[in-house]
Amino acid sequence: MTNSIGEIADAKAIFIIGSNTSETHPVISYRVREAVRKGAVLIVADPRVTEMAKLADYHLRLRPGTDVALLNGLMHIIIAEDLLDVDFIEKRTEGFEKLKEKVAEYTPERVAEITGVAVSDLRAAARAYATAENAAILYTMGITQHTTGTDNVLSVANLAMLTGNVGKPSSGVNPLRGQNNVQGACDMGGLPNVFTGYQRVGDPQVQEKFAQAWGVPLSDKPGLTVTKAMNAIHEGKIKGMLIMGENLVLSEANANHAAEALEKLEFLVVQDIFMTETAAYADVVLPAAAYAEKLGTYTNTERRVQLSYPAVPPPGEARPDWEILVDLANRLGFNWSYSGPEAIFNEMASLTPSYAGMSYQRLAENRSLQWPCPDKDHPGTPYLHVGKFSRGLGQFTPVDYKPPAELPDEEYPFVLSTGRHLFHYHTGTMTRRSAPLEQHRPEELVEIHPEDAARLGLEEGDRARISSRRGEVVAKVTLTERVKPGHVFMTFHYREAAANLLTNDAFCPVATTPELKVCAVNVEKAD
Amino acid sequence: MYEKHLMICGATGCLSSGSAKVHQALVEELAKHKLEKKCRLVMTGCPGFCEVGPIIVIYPDEVFYCRLKPQDIPELVEKHLLGGEIVERLLYKGPDVDAPARFYDTIPFYRKQKFNVLRNSGIIDPENIDEYIMRGGYRALSRALKMEPMEIIDEVKRSGLRGRGGAGFPTGLKWEFTYKAVGDKKYVVCNADEGDPGAFMDRSILEGDPHAVLEGMLIAARAIGSDEGYIYCRAEYPLAIKRLKTAIAQAEEYGFVGENILGYGFNFKFNIKEGAGAFVCGEETALLASIEGKRGMPRPRPPFPATSGLWGKPTVINNVETYANIPLILREGGLEEFVKIGTEGSKGTKVFALAGKIRNTGLCEVPMGITLREIIFDIGGGIKGGREFKAVQAGGPSGGCIPAEKLDLPVDYDSLTQAGAIMGSGGLVVMDDRTCMVDLARYFLSFTQKESCGKCIPCREGTKRMLEILERITEGLGKPDDLDRLQELASTIKDSALCGLGQTCPNPVLSTIRYFRHEYEEHINEKFCRSGVCKSLFDYFIDPELCNGCTRCARICPVGAISGERKETHVIDPEICTRCGSCVERCRQEAIKVTRVRREADVNH
Amino acid sequence: MSTIKLTIDGRQVEVEPGTTILEAARKLGIDIPTFCHDPELAPNGACRICVVEVEKARALVASCSAPVAPDMVVYTESERVVQARKAILRLILANHPLDCITCEKTGECKLQDYCYRYGISESDFEGEVKDLPLDDTNPFYIRDMNKCILCGRCVGRCQEINGAGAIDFINRGFNTVVGPAYGDPIEKSSCVFCGMCVDVCPVGALVPKAGIGKGRPWEVKKVKTICPYCGTGCSLYLHVKDGCIIGASPDFDGPANRGHLCSKGRFGWDFVHSEDRLTKPLIKKDGVFVEASWDEALDLVAEKVRDLIKRYGPDSLMGLSSAKATNEENYLFQKLMRSLGTNNVDHCARL
Repeated sequence: MTNSIGEIADAKAIFIIGSNTSETHPVISYRVREAVRKGAVLIVADPRVTEMAKLADYHLRLRPGTDVALLNGLMHIIIAEDLLDVDFIEKRTEGFEKLKEKVAEYTPERVAEITGVAVSDLRAAARAYATAENAAILYTMGITQHTTGTDNVLSVANLAMLTGNVGKPSSGVNPLRGQNNVQGACDMGGLPNVFTGYQRVGDPQVQEKFAQAWGVPLSDKPGLTVTKAMNAIHEGKIKGMLIMGENLVLSEANANHAAEALEKLEFLVVQDIFMTETAAYADVVLPAAAYAEKLGTYTNTERRVQLSYPAVPPPGEARPDWEILVDLANRLGFNWSYSGPEAIFNEMASLTPSYAGMSYQRLAENRSLQWPCPDKDHPGTPYLHVGKFSRGLGQFTPVDYKPPAELPDEEYPFVLSTGRHLFHYHTGTMTRRSAPLEQHRPEELVEIHPEDAARLGLEEGDRARISSRRGEVVAKVTLTERVKPGHVFMTFHYREAAANLLTNDAFCPVATTPELKVCAVNVEKAD
Repeated sequence: MYEKHLMICGATGCLSSGSAKVHQALVEELAKHKLEKKCRLVMTGCPGFCEVGPIIVIYPDEVFYCRLKPQDIPELVEKHLLGGEIVERLLYKGPDVDAPARFYDTIPFYRKQKFNVLRNSGIIDPENIDEYIMRGGYRALSRALKMEPMEIIDEVKRSGLRGRGGAGFPTGLKWEFTYKAVGDKKYVVCNADEGDPGAFMDRSILEGDPHAVLEGMLIAARAIGSDEGYIYCRAEYPLAIKRLKTAIAQAEEYGFVGENILGYGFNFKFNIKEGAGAFVCGEETALLASIEGKRGMPRPRPPFPATSGLWGKPTVINNVETYANIPLILREGGLEEFVKIGTEGSKGTKVFALAGKIRNTGLCEVPMGITLREIIFDIGGGIKGGREFKAVQAGGPSGGCIPAEKLDLPVDYDSLTQAGAIMGSGGLVVMDDRTCMVDLARYFLSFTQKESCGKCIPCREGTKRMLEILERITEGLGKPDDLDRLQELASTIKDSALCGLGQTCPNPVLSTIRYFRHEYEEHINEKFCRSGVCKSLFDYFIDPELCNGCTRCARICPVGAISGERKETHVIDPEICTRCGSCVERCRQEAIKVTRVRREADVNH
Repeated sequence: MSTIKLTIDGRQVEVEPGTTILEAARKLGIDIPTFCHDPELAPNGACRICVVEVEKARALVASCSAPVAPDMVVYTESERVVQARKAILRLILANHPLDCITCEKTGECKLQDYCYRYGISESDFEGEVKDLPLDDTNPFYIRDMNKCILCGRCVGRCQEINGAGAIDFINRGFNTVVGPAYGDPIEKSSCVFCGMCVDVCPVGALVPKAGIGKGRPWEVKKVKTICPYCGTGCSLYLHVKDGCIIGASPDFDGPANRGHLCSKGRFGWDFVHSEDRLTKPLIKKDGVFVEASWDEALDLVAEKVRDLIKRYGPDSLMGLSSAKATNEENYLFQKLMRSLGTNNVDHCARL
């Protein structure tokens, strides 16, 4: 997030696109409600009638996968009606003329045709967003899990810069991250192309710094993303894998493809707290400590680093991941010795400019710090890009609308989107083992429009077979107008009805995020 | 050209005593005699004297006919309208007049009244805006439109007008606060959620002269800078709501409501919100919550509605009667007239609803400063059946009772408060010697307990415990320390409840204890209810000296508790008697007395 | 605007305009009791226990909602105030079960605390007492409306903060209760079980099911953790007794969540003690997992890794780091992969 969670409550306009905030980030949705209670305008772009959409002043119910067209359309109106922030564009950005040319092609009428959103709603939403003193954009996987994911993100950024909604409080471009430490895993260099703090692999200075600090030679060739690695296994290029606390058999698109890949590996080791669907494929499984059993820091979606303390000891012989990693490293010939998480943190901070000013002591005293926090006196950074962007001028990148990779046809006439609901989390490894949560929502309920259901002879609670070119699952349906006719929605929480057996592993060429929000499926009654 | 105007009361009081049927009979009779073109028949608002309804007043002859029945109409038409002769039989008669009274000036009920707010009630057709305009309507508005907001507010302040809804806050000051409050939108709200048992002042004004209220609200809107208003009216007042809607439609047509009113660039829109019958919604913050679609519950003040009212916007909220006074004050020369009436601290008139054991039930408007005695005995005609006056409850469930020794109290905000009652919205319930003051307190408390919103602890739990104590006392289970207990609870509730309803609900208990402590003590210590109300605390006894053996009591007794031969003294078996009181009503000798349980008669009844 | 000076219990205090008497008193360290006050909600003024005496004011004043005024003179424990507070406590107790011995709230119950403070041990009022059925239709918490004192904090949190609007005041007078529309059980309402009502209930009317009978508040150690689910980073306390988690509560000073939680964070911690937890290293032998010692398992992993690097080079290895592990662990993981000579490290950031 460019801005902080707390600031959302003071925004004058909030534009949520591709985020079912009240179910995936409930506490952030409370801030949205607070803003609305204080008079903020709420615009929600979502194919489904989510709780946030119900609360919205304008619900732009676009067709799945038409986000770029929608965003270009909004920018078209903002430029045509002269609602842009000329001063900001002149002083802080470049490439505006090219953007203007591109979005000129996206007349409201054309956009209405592509997205299915009425021209009047497009105009009203564009005006509300552009004329607000502070307008914040919130998005999640509804934006990124498309073959055009990167284009979508660029469009969102274009919109924010066009109206000068960057670099000031209660505004910005705010991806709401889905996992408690997904931000931290990225910050820590858990990515194939960067070291900690997004220091580039291949940058000679960076390579030198880390090689020296770690006392080992380092490769300057960027590695593979998980999506590409799956293909690389099938191609025989990847032979062994170390997995720490991930359940990709259920989480990856086209899960069959992922499972087959794991089977092909010569060696797989998995560290986890449960025997997950992924761990089942491992040659060695190492029992790890859960969050409540270890000391460490987590970085949330607003770049806030917080300490978490051990409440209970790990069960049996289970050990914190860091201890396992230290032992393994030493067996592999590295001479690691850390007295504990704090020592690891200090080493990391010394190599990471954005974390350089942080220490366990400061985190405990301040309760938290938001990066960038470059030195010991720095109070942390609630919102980014004040005065200038990290690259200098903000770059407008014109993008064109491209339809999703797989569209419905006669054989597979429905669009399937996947996501989460409020009571379970991700692949259910944790929540499905929580008695109250499991008791409350024990099974998948595929959302289908009553008209479609009637046509297919499906009633509330009936079991349906959902199939795609990649697999099929059987699950109960719920009849709801949250989805439009022709659209079905499933979560990926339930291994018994694993939605990712169906999803398309076509991915965004830049970010390699799979297109989990759109694939073609067929629905029929199961007996 | 009409030769005669027949003003028949079409307000709720007379409608319930049959004025619709009388009206129908008149329509038929006029048609029969082909008098429709000569005689104009108007259903008016309330002329006040509900006790003698249905009422017709004939102009220009100035004749007041009352207690009419449909079968009286042929005679009335034939004799009066065709024959030009007054039907003496249908004029007002009563113990307070020597001869049948012909018109308002000779009917005692009207003699001491002063019609300000009720100036048009009973005189104009409330569904015809022209008649309101003919009587000077909307002139105050057009004058106010030429004035600066502070000039308007200043006149209202100088008039000394205080809120007629109960608390008596100076209206002009309230307007000034709202005028000075910062807000992009402001509201004018009319509290027409009249909920006191027996009170119907506001209903009569809305039914009889709706434009006066609209005009008052429009002037308020002009003064504070508002463009939208709400009238919160009980759904139980369908006629008032209908007449309001008609009045708003007509005022729009005439350009008094809507966009650019009378060309002064002033816009105003009325909304009517029907209340669902919760007493607490008469409390201003609860009323505003209810308009907003929330549960009608009071909230803490400050902030007062003047700074944060409807949807958080500055809001003026006044009651019906307050607004109806405004056109009188703002019309040319009105202020000077207005301040001539009333006392130093309470200017103008006040409308009261007379109910209970009073002879002339109905509505009256009196100048502030008149005594209670004048209202009850001169206007109200004294106690029904010539019984003894005991007390009058002023101000409804939030008010208090005032005993005989305080009858010469001048009626104004401050002296009523001093006496332990309140002006309230103007309900006066008169009680005679057959009213038990403990039971009265119990009744009012059961009302407030049922109507408590349940939000704050002192009101929700405290009134419940007070009610339980009072119930015990009236059942003969009172304990010596109950009075202390009641007073302690009452003072806690008064001191700590959230809203006006809660803070005033102990008043009936406190004032009855203050003036009728002996009745409480009799109930608690002697297990005796001298008024013959609390059924387990008295026996009926037939005085052998007075009984003439007429057998009427024995025949009416539903449980066969009375025995006795014809022309011989009758006897009541207290074991069988249910104390229903039928025999008391039936006895012409007044021989049936209330006694202590199983004791000799010692109280004359 | 300039500050406002006032006197509370004989002490001068200077505060910003708009400050409530309660806030001003707290600034002086004066503890005024409250049931319904909630800093996150508009003043409710329901419980009246916070009344104070203000010179020249007609009635007592609810300090939670009354703003300060210049030169105001306030008494927070005058005889009149204490009298009213005692009466209010007696009124509450008259309609509240006295089963403190088994009540889950004992030890952190505001009603208990204030009754202790003002020396109220029982109520001297007799009369009707609520007798309402328990609502335990959901797996998360029990609603015992007999214990409810109708402070309304749950209603405010549900309506204003969560927005679920599952509960409100229903009925009138003595029969007023908090509950879902039509008297439905909570499971059938629009409740999303965020538990924020439970966290602010001052008495034992709302009790999480998981901890019932497991420990008294004073036996519990509260440990601050970060919620393991979404990326909001909610700070919360796990309640621990004898090495077991028996409950959770929000961190009201949590920088990201300000004491707010959702159903998963509030109630979904019990997987930690699941019987399915892995407790020993496992090595697959002939397709079956066999328990092993740490040395055996780690030696095997090291050997295989060395072997693969030797045969295919370091880029034949792929490492998947974790969005659930700590920063420290993620740091070490990528350090390990990179030290082995490959940048093939990723995690499921995109899912």
